[in-house]
Amino acid sequence: MQPTDIRNPAYFHKVVDCQWACPAHTPVPEYIRLIAAGRYSDAYMVNWQANVFPGILGRTCDRPCEPACRRSRVEESTGNKPEPVAICRLKRVAADLKDDVQARLPKPAARWNGKRVACVGAGPSSLTVARDLAPLGYRVTVFEADAKPGGFMRTQVPRFRLPEEVIDEETGYILGLGVEFVAGRRIDSLKALLAEQFDAIFIGCGAPRGRDLDLPGRQEAAAQIHVGIDWLASVYFGHISQVGKRVIVLGGGNTAMDCCRSAKRLGGDEVKVIVRSGFDEMKASPWEKEDAMHEGIPILDCRVPKAFLHENGRLVGMTFEKVRVEHGADGRRKLVPTGEPDERHDCDEVLIAVGQENAFPWIERDIGISFDPKWDMPVVDQTTMQSSLPHVLFGGDAAFGPKNIIWAVAHGHEAALSIELLLGGADTHARPLPAVEVMSQKMGIHEWSYDNNISPDLRYRVPWADPAKTLKSMSLEVELGFDAETAWKEAQRCLNCDVQTVFSDHLCIECDACVDICPMDCITFTVNAEEGELRMQLTAPALNTEQALYVSGPVKTGRVMVKDEDVCLHCGLCAERCPTGAWDMQKYLIELSHAGDAKPDARQEAA
Amino acid sequence: MTYLPKPRLHHPSLACNSLGYTRRDYEGKISTLCAGCGHDSISAAIVRACWELAIEPHRVAKLSGIGCSSKTPDYFLGPSHGFNTVHGRMPSVLTGANLANRDLLYLGVSGDGDSASIGIGQFVHAIRRGVCMVYIVENNGVYGLTKGQFSATADIGSVSKKGVVNTDAPIDLVGLALQLGATYVARGFSGDKEQLVPLIKGAIAHRGAAIIDVISPCVAFNNHAGSTKSYDYVREHNDAINRLDFITPREEITVDYAPGELIEVEQHDGSSLRLRKLETAYDPSDRVAAMTYVHERQAAGEIVTGLLYVDPEAQDLHTHLKTVAAPLNSLDATVLCPGAAVLDKINAALR
Repeated sequence: MQPTDIRNPAYFHKVVDCQWACPAHTPVPEYIRLIAAGRYSDAYMVNWQANVFPGILGRTCDRPCEPACRRSRVEESTGNKPEPVAICRLKRVAADLKDDVQARLPKPAARWNGKRVACVGAGPSSLTVARDLAPLGYRVTVFEADAKPGGFMRTQVPRFRLPEEVIDEETGYILGLGVEFVAGRRIDSLKALLAEQFDAIFIGCGAPRGRDLDLPGRQEAAAQIHVGIDWLASVYFGHISQVGKRVIVLGGGNTAMDCCRSAKRLGGDEVKVIVRSGFDEMKASPWEKEDAMHEGIPILDCRVPKAFLHENGRLVGMTFEKVRVEHGADGRRKLVPTGEPDERHDCDEVLIAVGQENAFPWIERDIGISFDPKWDMPVVDQTTMQSSLPHVLFGGDAAFGPKNIIWAVAHGHEAALSIELLLGGADTHARPLPAVEVMSQKMGIHEWSYDNNISPDLRYRVPWADPAKTLKSMSLEVELGFDAETAWKEAQRCLNCDVQTVFSDHLCIECDACVDICPMDCITFTVNAEEGELRMQLTAPALNTEQALYVSGPVKTGRVMVKDEDVCLHCGLCAERCPTGAWDMQKYLIELSHAGDAKPDARQEAA
Repeated sequence: MTYLPKPRLHHPSLACNSLGYTRRDYEGKISTLCAGCGHDSISAAIVRACWELAIEPHRVAKLSGIGCSSKTPDYFLGPSHGFNTVHGRMPSVLTGANLANRDLLYLGVSGDGDSASIGIGQFVHAIRRGVCMVYIVENNGVYGLTKGQFSATADIGSVSKKGVVNTDAPIDLVGLALQLGATYVARGFSGDKEQLVPLIKGAIAHRGAAIIDVISPCVAFNNHAGSTKSYDYVREHNDAINRLDFITPREEITVDYAPGELIEVEQHDGSSLRLRKLETAYDPSDRVAAMTYVHERQAAGEIVTGLLYVDPEAQDLHTHLKTVAAPLNSLDATVLCPGAAVLDKINAALR
């Protein structure tokens, strides 16, 4: 193999699994260290910079970082249940325990730069665009149909998961940057909005339409059958305050979990979730399923809804066909009927949470925005978020269909950067390089500026409020969040994957000290070979091909150093044992470019 | 060096041996030696050898004297028995322990100071007597613990870190061992575990005095130009005569070698040593030829490594003394003191 080019910013970025997996590339280990140091406000600001809504995301994020976390891979050897660091809930700690950060936020721009930007919808993507652009001098106007900003986060995520004051606080930070917020104005014609002569328009209106199920009996029993996201919004607005005793929730996503837990609190004694797919294939995050089951809500899988049963115009139950999951020859999952008789479940109400769809009835099709004929979705550039009208951009669920908050934030950042490039007359595809900072962490012979003593602890549970109380209240938050002491212990589980093992082949004397001390058998000195062969000839075979091999140039004997990044603890023992300093632990901070970094000179420096 | 204990976490694929132990279970405390010390590599090689042979840790006694090398038994085989003796006196304590309990595996770990200077009298006699042991000398040519004076194994003409040239003739531990009748004599290099681990495994299986001289560079005081025990010098002058594959009786032999390339030596316990010849003329069963070869190469400035001599029919001290098969420490008072009648009989036989 060729020696690894560690000057490529992507190489070490990829080693920081959590940051790489995060759509907004939040520097996770960096803020976890700050939490461990008790610097909650600093940790909050690191988050705020990258993901804009730390308090909200710390409670609701889909956490793509956690399945990626190296900790769960290294714990595979301990025989217990391997689990990632509780990254998401640590983020909440930063938000909960911080001081007043108002003074650290950017100030509203002193001067208007002459550009006007409109954002449609006040959800996470639009607010991200506003936050990135307003301090730079753009005049940003956010149009929202509801009275308050937040979009889906406010109207569909139930209050027992996300208190309203957290939303108020974090949306408030953005509106406080001099953003004009136009409440109660639903944009019903893009043509009309274009006529208002904005320099750029960002569309972050979400995927507002819940999918329905057109089954026999749907019309007849319509009064007791609700579309999940509409029902959740009605609960938020107070239009609905109670539900029947027996409730069936259809669907296996996170909205279904929010529906069933809300129903349980609004008078549903017997709430159950019934889902077509197998339990493991459900779209809902594992922890959301656990939360629902913890509240006594059964999840019945492999049942395909067939009909709504009604008597005298009232819903009385549903029938389901039982199926089993099979994997076809092409690897695709198939639901095959088991042949058992259909199952009947009596109920008083049904909530349908089987997915969301985009709807753009308000975008005229003759104004130059191309739509994909198959999905009736606007054609959006994956990198720049631009539509076929260069100054109309999309983001969040409106861009590529329903995803989640953190993706919406990532889209917002990219769109804001595109707007800045576009309005500055630059090529929106020439994205500025990320800012990278590499710093040795060596303080002394065996002293590092990070805590390299690996904690053997298993993941800590977030404490919950008393279910006797939470199950009676729509507004009492279920999770209490870590206290400072537990947060410190959980933070110590983080492996500091951003503190990189950097090897200088010309300094190595091949004493084997690093090989002998490495607790994870990551390091091998061997004759070079092709990657496939090399992976098998290491001290411990490198079977996880998702993870890179770090290959050095030849050392004195002509061999190469090969390090499997997969399960490295970043404990720095290799560097402590190295007599010549061939190994060093260097903190690698990478910050993706946001609007404001797009100056040509910044690009030059990074290159 | 480091003071943090090595994390207990290990690679998910780390295997267990037939006893159910992982290699990590054979480790000891965290080493306090200098970073990059060759001795730590030797400790790692001992760990690997014991793990691969599935040695029961509680059946091993580690004995050492004084010095950097003699500290190392603390850094491997944590659950084994250990005895840190007076400087240079490890061989006699080991001999005594061996006489008391012949069932344990005796691992003597010493250095060039401990064995070639203060303890040379003990070293030679333990070999002469054929004590069944694995005697590893971690040989770096300097007194590292007292900041780098030449030791008795430093080559004549080699230069110290301060620039002083050594004028004293070196003691060749391998030459001594061969001459004194050791039945398993090898030399290894701490920087080549692929060679060293099988040499240690062969020595463990050997039922006689097994001596391994391991060149182990002192990174702090003897790894500079002018040293003959530096990583660079040893790599450049390493004359490996053979590559050993240690085969336990259970293992199926699958590799084929062309005739003449391979010497196979079967040992008492049924294990066999397969030697892939690198030096075609070399015969490791000929003690005199081995001595000649080692001295010839040494005169040419080369360091001969590999399995230099092995006598598969070795006899040990217990055989010479005709002791009973049961360990002496297991004999109770009735056996040891059979009574007046037996004494009378013995006395009568002497009249």
